[in-house]
Amino acid sequence: MTLNAYLILSALLFCIGLFGVIRRKNLLMLFFSTEIMLNACNIGFVAVSRHYGDLNGQMFSFFIVAIAASEVAIGLGLLILWFKKKNSIDLDSLAKMKG
Amino acid sequence: MYEIIAFYLFSFLTVAMFAITVTTNNVLYALSSLAAGMIFISAFFFILDADFLGVVQIVVYTGAVMALYAFGMMFFDSLSSIDEKISNPRLVFALSGLIALCIVLIFSFPLIDVGVVAHAPVNPTWGNTQDVGIVLFTKYLVAFEVAAVMLLVAMIGGIILAGKKMDISYSSLSEEEIASLEKKDEK
Repeated sequence: MTLNAYLILSALLFCIGLFGVIRRKNLLMLFFSTEIMLNACNIGFVAVSRHYGDLNGQMFSFFIVAIAASEVAIGLGLLILWFKKKNSIDLDSLAKMKG
Repeated sequence: MYEIIAFYLFSFLTVAMFAITVTTNNVLYALSSLAAGMIFISAFFFILDADFLGVVQIVVYTGAVMALYAFGMMFFDSLSSIDEKISNPRLVFALSGLIALCIVLIFSFPLIDVGVVAHAPVNPTWGNTQDVGIVLFTKYLVAFEVAAVMLLVAMIGGIILAGKKMDISYSSLSEEEIASLEKKDEK
C-alpha cells in the first residue's frame, strides 16, 4: 500500500476521535476519544517511518504510547475524585466558573 | 496482494469499531469496541514491519489501559445516561468549522519530500526489535529515562488521587461501624 492510503486512514481515525471530543458530554467518552486520536497519530508516524526506512517515527509512536498510559492513570484518578465530589461524570458539571 | 486485502479489511474493522465507540450511549459497549479497535490497529503495525510496536500496542492498550478503564468504571454510575443535548449550537458550529478549516490547511500543505535523510536507518539484517532497541538505548536514551520517570510519577499520582480513604476495608467492619462512617461522610 502507498503512504497516502495510510495517511488517509490516519486522518479518518483522527476525525472520528475529534467528533467524539466535540460531540460527547460523558467524561469517560472524552478519554476514549483522546485514545482514538493518539492511536491515529501513531499509525501516521509508523507509515512515514516505513516510507523513509527511518526508525525515528517508530520511536515517536513508542513515546506517544507511554504518554497515553500515564494520561489514563492521572485522568482516571482525577475523574474518580470528581465523581466522589459531584456524583456525576457529565462534562457540564465541570463548568463551575461560568459567570 | 495479501497486504492490500489486510489493509482494507483492518481499516474497515478499525473505523467501524471506533465509530461504535464514539456514537454508542452504553459505556460498556464503548469500552469493548475501543479494545477491539486497538487490537485491529496493531495489525497495521505488523503490516508496516513495526513488530515491536505492534506487540507494545496489544500489551499496553488492551492489557493495561483497558484494564485500568474497566477498574475505573466500577467507581462510576456509568450506566446512567447522560443528557447529550448541546445548549449552545452556534458555538459548536463555529468551533467545528474552525477545526475543519485547520485540517484542510494541514492536508493541503505541500509535503516537502526532498532531502529527507534517514537519521536512524532500518537495518534489514537485524530484526525490528533489535533495531528499535539499539536506537532507543543510544539516540533516545535520555527521552527513554524521562519517560520512565514520567510513568512512575503518573503511577504514584494515580494511587494518591484514587486511593483516598481506601485504607478502610468495609468487608472487615461491622454494620454499625459502616453506618457511622457513612453518616460521617454525609456531614
